[in-house]
Amino acid sequence: MSTLNIVNKSPFEKRSLEQCLKRIGEGDSVLLIEDASVSALSKTAYAEQLISASKLSKFYVLKPDLQARGFSEESLLDSIESVDYDGFVNLVVTHDRVHSWL
Amino acid sequence: MKLAVLVNEGPYQHQASDSAYQFVNAALRAGHEVMRVFFYHDGVNNGTRLTTPPQDDRHIQKRWTALASEHNVDLVLCVAACQRRGLVDEDEAKRNGKDANNIAEGFRISGLGQLIEAGVEADRLVTFGD
Amino acid sequence: MEDEEYQGGEVKKFLYVNRRQPHGTVYALESLETVLIGAAFDQDVSMLFIDDGVYQLKKEQAPEGIEFKNFSKTYRALEMYDVEKLFVERESLEERGLAVDDLLVDVEVIPGSDVKALVDQHDVILSF
Repeated sequence: MSTLNIVNKSPFEKRSLEQCLKRIGEGDSVLLIEDASVSALSKTAYAEQLISASKLSKFYVLKPDLQARGFSEESLLDSIESVDYDGFVNLVVTHDRVHSWL
Repeated sequence: MKLAVLVNEGPYQHQASDSAYQFVNAALRAGHEVMRVFFYHDGVNNGTRLTTPPQDDRHIQKRWTALASEHNVDLVLCVAACQRRGLVDEDEAKRNGKDANNIAEGFRISGLGQLIEAGVEADRLVTFGD
Repeated sequence: MEDEEYQGGEVKKFLYVNRRQPHGTVYALESLETVLIGAAFDQDVSMLFIDDGVYQLKKEQAPEGIEFKNFSKTYRALEMYDVEKLFVERESLEERGLAVDDLLVDVEVIPGSDVKALVDQHDVILSF
């Protein structure tokens, strides 16, 4: 059973990402959108946490949100895959349910 | 696949309704059915036809209305949220003695049951909010 | 639309995830509204309270001073609508210095490590 977890808050402002991470497990995925897209960058203070969490769950970032904020795929953590909106739809369809961590 | 979308935030203030719109468009492009977009809380503000955004900005309400007419997407505004925020169709204006209505074409006002029904009938429900 | 009824006959398992305080935003109140409609539609309804959501169940809420409705009483009435599965995460309580005795309704306290399993049992997740 797999859940697509969607996080949309910056980890520097709200705790949604860490609150999501401590309650998910094997087979689950996390999609970082809107203000959460910056969590996918390799040079932030949250990089270690993301690297360790991505051993258990798969991480994705919504590319248009990242680009809108001035970042390209080159600045991403290696363990994070970038997707466009078509990829977002595909993630929704290939998981059993969607959980938005608002 | 049959999808449903829940929008919890109003236009222009938060990215949620833009994200929802982009998602719905991509889903339709991929050949999925989007059976309903349910607008809840401040999300009902997406459905007023009286907005006049600057010409160089996106017109969020008109984009939704175009989706409804081109792809038959059911756009539903939560009635209780509408009543609290002044979103009114002809029936609601009559029922509550209002002197005008402001609902945009392609939207309809109905109850929370429409959200539950979307949850039951759609294969996936995706929520966008704050 | 209290007279709405769902004719489809299909039953799904809905999990309402409550992560916010009452009063500060409208979401806690709206979660209750949706839960009641979901129950009226004969759907299988569970509520999960995690993070600040546990404050929704705090005893002795007195919102008269801010002119808000005291909707906390509704949690006690949920049983009448066959909404009996209320889950509260232990860590969320402890982190806030709260105990089960502080809550106004009977709940099942679960460890954070069980949240995933609970989510996995449900078809639809509604976040408030």
